[in-house]
Amino acid sequence: MALLDVNNLSISFGGLRAVDNFKINIEKGELYGLIGPNGAGKTTVFNLLTGVYKPNEGIIRLDGEDITRKSTIEINHAGIARTFQNIRLFKNMPVIDNVKVGLSERFKYSSLEGILHMGSYRRVEKEMNEEAMRLLKVFDLDGECETLAANLPYGKQRKLEIARAMATNPKLLLLDEPAAGMNPNETGELMDTIALVRKEFDMTILLIEHDMKLVSGICEKLTVLNFGRVLCQGETKEVLANPEVITAYLGE
Amino acid sequence: MSKQTKQNLITYGIVIVAYIIVEILILTGNLSSHMKGLLVPMTYYAVIAVALNLCVGILGELSIGHCGFMCLGAFSSAFFSKLTENSLPTVPRFIIAFIIGIAVAGLFGFLIGIPVLRLKGDYLAIVTLAFGEIIKNVINAFYVGVDSKGLHFSMKSSMELGMEKDGNIIINGAMGITGTPHNSSFTVGVIVLLISLFVVQNLINSRDGRAIMAIRDNYIAAEATGINVTGYKMMAFTISAAIAGAAGVLFSHNITTLTASSQYFGYNASIMILVYVVLGGIGNIRGSVIAACILYLLPELLRGFSNYRMLIYSIVLIVMMIVNWSPKVIEWRKRTFGRLNLKRGAKEVA
Ligand SMILES: Nc1ncnc2c1ncn2[C@@H]1O[C@H](COP(=O)(O)OP(=O)(O)OP(=O)(O)O)[C@@H](O)[C@H]1O
Ligand SMILES: [Mg+2]
Repeated sequence: MALLDVNNLSISFGGLRAVDNFKINIEKGELYGLIGPNGAGKTTVFNLLTGVYKPNEGIIRLDGEDITRKSTIEINHAGIARTFQNIRLFKNMPVIDNVKVGLSERFKYSSLEGILHMGSYRRVEKEMNEEAMRLLKVFDLDGECETLAANLPYGKQRKLEIARAMATNPKLLLLDEPAAGMNPNETGELMDTIALVRKEFDMTILLIEHDMKLVSGICEKLTVLNFGRVLCQGETKEVLANPEVITAYLGE
Repeated sequence: MSKQTKQNLITYGIVIVAYIIVEILILTGNLSSHMKGLLVPMTYYAVIAVALNLCVGILGELSIGHCGFMCLGAFSSAFFSKLTENSLPTVPRFIIAFIIGIAVAGLFGFLIGIPVLRLKGDYLAIVTLAFGEIIKNVINAFYVGVDSKGLHFSMKSSMELGMEKDGNIIINGAMGITGTPHNSSFTVGVIVLLISLFVVQNLINSRDGRAIMAIRDNYIAAEATGINVTGYKMMAFTISAAIAGAAGVLFSHNITTLTASSQYFGYNASIMILVYVVLGGIGNIRGSVIAACILYLLPELLRGFSNYRMLIYSIVLIVMMIVNWSPKVIEWRKRTFGRLNLKRGAKEVA
């Protein structure tokens, strides 16, 4: 059974059919790419998958569970975590606290224990700190755990966003243009990070990207969107060789 | 000990040291009776500033109706104290009065929060302002009396209560509540302030506090990270209102005639508290306490300067704003204080 199984997904904004009859099948452990020209509807697909928008039609299944009508919060708890095209960090909070917010669902104590700093507060906070540091180490951010998120350099902000998403212990990770605005050096580093996340956490990833080098370098499968519709779907090599894709993408 | 715990302890330390200094001044007879009269108000303004900073600085929602919650705390607790003045000993009565004032303000914070927290920014500010005014005006039209037959309510006049001869009016409309026992003292005020600080600072350093600040910084990302945005907003707003209620209890048990007047509970008063919070540093709880004390005392201390009073007051406002908000000055402050710490460290080594 596929980890993510989407069928016939559609949404309209006024007269614009931003996503039309979208389908995708992602197996556990896959690194899947979602590509397409500007305005093709890629981010809208992410917003549909995470419950930010409710689809007009279609069904989304995660691990067999129908999550189509669930709220963003419930979908996160069900196992989808994401990053954003325009970085959305908790800017005025330290790096480690950004990650600890992501850990809140798994490391719990009651509100009263939190306010009194009593009961399991100390133990759970300690466990949370250890887990957060372990995660930050994977992303090479442990040296800056006390820095405010807003003060991190751009590339590290992108990494922190991934770290925060990973903190919620997802089954599926959605990355919206993680390499946007990065120089080739940073992009290379990011590719390593993504590869590492996959290995370390055995993670299934769906990734939107414009950088073809990155896409062809790491994605096993691709879906190409054009004007909200699936243009082509399959193994990366085959998709990139498809003449239709080449015209759509390079806008011949 | 973590950096945060240390910072929290410094805050409590400042309050306790200030308390001891004031007590010494009182004992040695160095404090005029005028100054003594300012002490309790100073504590309740510090308490409500802490409450408002939780709402504005930590939750990130601008409220300009917080004095409405203070008003609710003041009236509900004063009502209880008047009612049980002759039947309960002072200490348990005052403690129950606090519980009632806090609970009533918190309950209304919760109820008002349900519609209000759906709004954002300016809209939220306007609606909280309106609620603050509504609370004040409704209380102004409240008549409650007690006689041998029990409690009587009216929204029209004291005559409408239809009381027996032995009856006793407790809330007399716009004339408010007269003769609430004077149980508030500087010591009680400082204790309430310390408890409020304890609650707010601990909250900030907990799971819930981080979730609340995450919502403030980016609610879309907070939702995507699985944070229950509505729930945590309600929680922060309710706690904030409840603490404002505690300030109200201090208020009503320090005044002979309690009326729901604009001077104390109107939007002007709410904005004054907001000034304390903004100048003390948004999100900086310790700053709120210090700013509330300085800015409350200053106009009173400057009475001698008569004409120049407001001039000096405005200059202080501007200086505080620069000290707390100018990036250059903040950087300078960090550098100098950083150096001080280094020197202290060096001495310890030597
Ligand atoms: N909330 C909305 N209301 C109206 N139109 C929207 C909304 N969200 C997206 N759209 C429209 O849907 C289309 C697809 O947008 P989307 O952001 O998904 O594109 P994209 O493939 O992510 O593009 P890019 O590569 O530029 O990020 C665009 O025409 C956009 O204007
Ligand atoms: Mg996009």
